[in-house]
Amino acid sequence: MFENNGLEPIKKVSIIISKGSMEGVYPGLIMANGARMEGIEANLFFTFFGMEAIINKKMDHLKVATVGNPAMHMPTVLGALPGISALATHMMEKEMEKLDIPPVREFIEMIHDAGCYIYACKASVDMFHLKKEDFCKEVDDIITVGEFYETSAGANIIFT
Amino acid sequence: MNATIEILGKELAIDADGNLVNLEDWNEEIAKAIAKEEGIEELTQKHWQVINFMRKVFAEKEDSPSIRKLTKESGVDTKELYALFPKGPAKKAARIAGLPKPKGCI
Repeated sequence: MFENNGLEPIKKVSIIISKGSMEGVYPGLIMANGARMEGIEANLFFTFFGMEAIINKKMDHLKVATVGNPAMHMPTVLGALPGISALATHMMEKEMEKLDIPPVREFIEMIHDAGCYIYACKASVDMFHLKKEDFCKEVDDIITVGEFYETSAGANIIFT
Repeated sequence: MNATIEILGKELAIDADGNLVNLEDWNEEIAKAIAKEEGIEELTQKHWQVINFMRKVFAEKEDSPSIRKLTKESGVDTKELYALFPKGPAKKAARIAGLPKPKGCI
Protein backbone atom coordinates (compact mmCIF):
# COMPACT_ATOMS: atom_id res chain seq x y z
CA MET A 1 0.00 0.00 0.00
CA PHE A 2 2.86 2.38 0.80
CA GLU A 3 5.88 3.02 -1.38
CA ASN A 4 9.07 2.32 0.54
CA ASN A 5 11.14 4.34 -1.94
CA GLY A 6 13.78 1.68 -1.97
CA LEU A 7 14.42 1.98 1.79
CA GLU A 8 15.08 -1.11 3.89
CA PRO A 9 11.93 -2.50 5.52
CA ILE A 10 11.99 -2.71 9.34
CA LYS A 11 13.46 -6.06 10.42
CA LYS A 12 13.41 -5.87 14.20
CA VAL A 13 11.77 -3.80 16.95
CA SER A 14 12.24 -3.53 20.71
CA ILE A 15 9.17 -2.12 22.38
CA ILE A 16 9.29 -0.68 25.91
CA ILE A 17 6.08 -0.54 27.94
CA SER A 18 6.50 1.79 30.93
CA LYS A 19 2.94 2.60 32.00
CA GLY A 20 0.51 0.38 33.85
CA SER A 21 -2.87 1.75 32.81
CA MET A 22 -4.85 -0.07 30.18
CA GLU A 23 -4.27 2.69 27.63
CA GLY A 24 -0.60 2.66 28.61
CA VAL A 25 -0.17 -1.06 27.98
CA TYR A 26 -2.24 -1.91 24.90
CA PRO A 27 -0.53 0.23 22.26
CA GLY A 28 2.77 -1.56 22.92
CA LEU A 29 1.08 -4.97 22.87
CA ILE A 30 -0.66 -4.21 19.59
CA MET A 31 2.60 -3.00 18.06
CA ALA A 32 4.48 -6.11 19.21
CA ASN A 33 1.80 -8.45 17.88
CA GLY A 34 1.59 -6.42 14.67
CA ALA A 35 5.34 -6.66 14.22
CA ARG A 36 5.26 -10.46 14.43
CA MET A 37 2.30 -10.56 12.03
CA GLU A 38 4.45 -8.68 9.52
CA GLY A 39 7.33 -11.07 10.03
CA ILE A 40 9.31 -8.49 12.02
CA GLU A 41 11.43 -9.77 14.91
CA ALA A 42 10.21 -8.32 18.24
CA ASN A 43 11.19 -7.87 21.89
CA LEU A 44 8.90 -6.53 24.59
CA PHE A 45 10.52 -4.91 27.63
CA PHE A 46 8.36 -4.02 30.63
CA THR A 47 9.61 -1.38 33.04
CA PHE A 48 8.25 0.55 36.04
CA PHE A 49 4.44 0.34 36.21
CA GLY A 50 4.34 -1.25 32.77
CA MET A 51 5.20 -4.46 34.63
CA GLU A 52 1.59 -4.61 35.86
CA ALA A 53 0.81 -6.24 32.49
CA ILE A 54 3.03 -9.25 33.24
CA ILE A 55 2.60 -9.62 37.02
CA ASN A 56 0.36 -12.62 37.58
CA LYS A 57 -1.78 -11.05 40.28
CA LYS A 58 -2.25 -7.75 38.47
CA MET A 59 -2.42 -8.42 34.75
CA ASP A 60 -6.13 -9.30 34.74
CA HIS A 61 -7.08 -6.11 36.56
CA LEU A 62 -5.64 -3.21 34.54
CA LYS A 63 -7.77 -0.06 34.53
CA VAL A 64 -8.32 2.94 32.28
CA ALA A 65 -7.12 6.16 33.93
CA THR A 66 -10.09 8.51 34.29
CA VAL A 67 -8.20 11.16 36.25
CA GLY A 68 -5.43 13.28 34.79
CA ASN A 69 -6.42 12.35 31.26
CA PRO A 70 -7.83 15.40 29.43
CA ALA A 71 -8.75 13.27 26.41
CA MET A 72 -11.40 11.52 28.53
CA HIS A 73 -13.29 14.85 28.52
CA MET A 74 -14.43 14.15 32.03
CA PRO A 75 -14.22 16.58 34.96
CA THR A 76 -11.49 15.47 37.38
CA VAL A 77 -13.91 15.22 40.32
CA LEU A 78 -16.18 12.91 38.31
CA GLY A 79 -13.27 10.71 37.19
CA ALA A 80 -12.26 10.34 40.83
CA LEU A 81 -15.63 8.92 41.94
CA PRO A 82 -15.63 5.26 42.97
CA GLY A 83 -16.51 2.93 40.11
CA ILE A 84 -15.90 5.42 37.28
CA SER A 85 -12.57 3.95 36.28
CA ALA A 86 -14.08 0.44 36.44
CA LEU A 87 -16.95 1.57 34.23
CA ALA A 88 -14.65 3.19 31.66
CA THR A 89 -12.49 0.05 31.71
CA HIS A 90 -15.49 -2.17 31.16
CA MET A 91 -16.63 -0.05 28.21
CA MET A 92 -13.20 -0.13 26.64
CA GLU A 93 -12.93 -3.90 27.11
CA LYS A 94 -16.24 -4.35 25.33
CA GLU A 95 -15.14 -2.22 22.38
CA MET A 96 -11.82 -4.05 22.17
CA GLU A 97 -13.48 -7.45 22.15
CA LYS A 98 -15.50 -6.32 19.12
CA LEU A 99 -12.21 -5.63 17.33
CA ASP A 100 -10.80 -9.02 18.34
CA ILE A 101 -8.30 -7.40 20.74
CA PRO A 102 -7.80 -10.01 23.49
CA PRO A 103 -7.60 -9.43 27.27
CA VAL A 104 -4.04 -8.75 28.51
CA ARG A 105 -3.22 -12.31 29.64
CA GLU A 106 -4.43 -13.92 26.43
CA PHE A 107 -2.67 -11.22 24.37
CA ILE A 108 0.66 -11.75 26.17
CA GLU A 109 0.38 -15.50 25.56
CA MET A 110 -0.45 -14.95 21.89
CA ILE A 111 2.44 -12.51 21.41
CA HIS A 112 4.87 -14.88 23.13
CA ASP A 113 3.65 -17.85 21.08
CA ALA A 114 4.18 -15.68 18.01
CA GLY A 115 7.88 -15.65 18.85
CA CYS A 116 8.24 -12.28 20.58
CA TYR A 117 10.61 -12.29 23.59
CA ILE A 118 9.25 -10.83 26.81
CA TYR A 119 11.49 -9.23 29.44
CA ALA A 120 11.07 -7.47 32.78
CA CYS A 121 13.41 -4.63 33.76
CA LYS A 122 15.86 -5.59 36.52
CA ALA A 123 15.96 -2.15 38.14
CA SER A 124 12.16 -2.06 38.43
CA VAL A 125 11.99 -5.66 39.66
CA ASP A 126 14.48 -4.82 42.43
CA MET A 127 12.76 -1.55 43.27
CA PHE A 128 9.36 -3.22 43.70
CA HIS A 129 10.93 -6.26 45.48
CA LEU A 130 9.58 -8.72 42.91
CA LYS A 131 10.79 -12.20 41.96
CA LYS A 132 10.62 -14.24 38.76
CA GLU A 133 7.71 -16.24 40.30
CA ASP A 134 5.61 -13.09 40.52
CA PHE A 135 5.47 -12.89 36.74
CA CYS A 136 3.39 -14.80 34.20
CA LYS A 137 5.08 -17.80 32.58
CA GLU A 138 5.63 -15.97 29.29
CA VAL A 139 8.32 -13.71 30.82
CA ASP A 140 11.56 -15.04 29.33
CA ASP A 141 13.93 -13.24 31.68
CA ILE A 142 14.62 -10.31 33.96
CA ILE A 143 17.31 -8.24 32.27
CA THR A 144 19.37 -5.10 32.88
CA VAL A 145 19.21 -2.06 30.67
CA GLY A 146 22.59 -3.09 29.24
CA GLU A 147 21.25 -6.49 28.28
CA PHE A 148 18.21 -4.81 26.80
CA TYR A 149 20.45 -2.82 24.47
CA GLU A 150 22.43 -5.95 23.63
CA THR A 151 19.32 -7.90 22.68
CA SER A 152 18.12 -4.89 20.71
CA ALA A 153 21.08 -4.99 18.32
CA GLY A 154 19.84 -3.94 14.90
CA ALA A 155 16.37 -3.06 16.24
CA ASN A 156 14.28 0.08 16.22
CA ILE A 157 13.49 0.98 19.84
CA ILE A 158 9.98 2.17 20.59
CA PHE A 159 9.19 3.67 24.01
CA THR A 160 5.59 3.73 25.17
CA MET B 1 -3.77 -0.47 -11.27
CA ASN B 2 -4.19 -3.53 -13.43
CA ALA B 3 -1.37 -5.62 -12.10
CA THR B 4 -1.41 -9.27 -13.00
CA ILE B 5 0.56 -12.33 -12.04
CA GLU B 6 1.20 -15.35 -14.20
CA ILE B 7 0.33 -18.56 -12.39
CA LEU B 8 0.18 -21.93 -14.15
CA GLY B 9 0.03 -20.24 -17.53
CA LYS B 10 -2.84 -17.91 -16.62
CA GLU B 11 -2.74 -14.13 -16.22
CA LEU B 12 -4.56 -13.36 -12.96
CA ALA B 13 -5.43 -9.90 -11.62
CA ILE B 14 -3.78 -8.96 -8.30
CA ASP B 15 -4.17 -6.06 -5.88
CA ALA B 16 -1.41 -3.79 -4.52
CA ASP B 17 -0.43 -6.44 -1.96
CA GLY B 18 -0.08 -9.10 -4.64
CA ASN B 19 -3.24 -10.94 -3.55
CA LEU B 20 -5.73 -12.26 -6.10
CA VAL B 21 -8.54 -9.86 -6.94
CA ASN B 22 -11.13 -12.35 -8.16
CA LEU B 23 -12.19 -15.06 -5.75
CA GLU B 24 -13.22 -17.29 -8.64
CA ASP B 25 -9.68 -17.28 -10.07
CA TRP B 26 -8.58 -19.38 -7.10
CA ASN B 27 -8.33 -23.14 -6.93
CA GLU B 28 -6.14 -25.61 -5.05
CA GLU B 29 -3.52 -25.76 -7.78
CA ILE B 30 -3.24 -21.95 -7.76
CA ALA B 31 -2.90 -22.08 -3.96
CA LYS B 32 0.00 -24.53 -4.25
CA ALA B 33 1.71 -22.29 -6.80
CA ILE B 34 1.33 -19.16 -4.60
CA ALA B 35 2.57 -21.13 -1.58
CA LYS B 36 5.73 -22.11 -3.48
CA GLU B 37 6.29 -18.47 -4.34
CA GLU B 38 5.98 -17.71 -0.59
CA GLY B 39 8.59 -20.34 0.19
CA ILE B 40 6.21 -23.07 1.34
CA GLU B 41 7.15 -26.10 -0.72
CA GLU B 42 4.29 -28.34 0.29
CA LEU B 43 0.85 -27.56 1.68
CA THR B 44 0.14 -30.07 4.43
CA GLN B 45 -3.26 -31.00 5.84
CA LYS B 46 -2.70 -28.38 8.60
CA HIS B 47 -2.05 -25.67 6.00
CA TRP B 48 -5.30 -26.60 4.29
CA GLN B 49 -7.14 -26.48 7.60
CA VAL B 50 -6.07 -22.83 7.97
CA ILE B 51 -6.69 -21.96 4.31
CA ASN B 52 -10.17 -23.50 4.29
CA PHE B 53 -11.05 -21.81 7.58
CA MET B 54 -9.99 -18.45 6.14
CA ARG B 55 -12.09 -18.93 3.02
CA LYS B 56 -15.07 -19.94 5.13
CA VAL B 57 -14.78 -16.83 7.35
CA PHE B 58 -14.26 -14.59 4.33
CA ALA B 59 -17.38 -15.98 2.65
CA GLU B 60 -19.39 -15.08 5.78
CA LYS B 61 -17.84 -11.74 6.78
CA GLU B 62 -16.11 -10.42 3.66
CA ASP B 63 -12.94 -9.87 5.67
CA SER B 64 -10.06 -12.25 6.22
CA PRO B 65 -9.87 -13.42 9.87
CA SER B 66 -7.43 -11.91 12.35
CA ILE B 67 -4.61 -13.91 13.89
CA ARG B 68 -6.63 -14.07 17.11
CA LYS B 69 -9.63 -15.56 15.33
CA LEU B 70 -7.34 -18.04 13.61
CA THR B 71 -5.79 -18.98 16.95
CA LYS B 72 -9.14 -19.39 18.68
CA GLU B 73 -11.26 -20.97 15.99
CA SER B 74 -9.25 -22.60 13.23
CA GLY B 75 -8.04 -25.45 15.43
CA VAL B 76 -4.40 -24.47 14.80
CA ASP B 77 -2.70 -22.57 17.65
CA THR B 78 -0.48 -19.46 17.41
CA LYS B 79 2.84 -21.31 17.59
CA GLU B 80 1.83 -23.71 14.87
CA LEU B 81 0.43 -20.90 12.69
CA TYR B 82 3.82 -19.18 12.75
CA ALA B 83 5.55 -22.48 12.01
CA LEU B 84 3.25 -23.24 9.07
CA PHE B 85 3.33 -19.73 7.60
CA PRO B 86 6.63 -18.17 8.68
CA LYS B 87 6.94 -14.38 8.57
CA GLY B 88 3.30 -13.51 9.02
CA PRO B 89 0.63 -16.22 9.14
CA ALA B 90 -2.53 -14.13 8.64
CA LYS B 91 -1.09 -12.21 5.70
CA LYS B 92 0.58 -15.20 4.03
CA ALA B 93 -2.31 -17.59 4.54
CA ALA B 94 -4.75 -15.00 3.13
CA ARG B 95 -2.61 -14.64 0.01
CA ILE B 96 -2.39 -18.41 -0.49
CA ALA B 97 -6.15 -18.68 0.14
CA GLY B 98 -6.76 -16.20 -2.69
CA LEU B 99 -8.16 -13.57 -0.30
CA PRO B 100 -7.24 -9.94 0.39
CA LYS B 101 -4.91 -9.14 3.28
CA PRO B 102 -6.80 -8.96 6.65
CA LYS B 103 -7.92 -5.40 7.41
CA GLY B 104 -7.71 -5.50 11.22
CA CYS B 105 -4.69 -4.64 13.39
CA ILE B 106 -4.75 -7.82 15.44
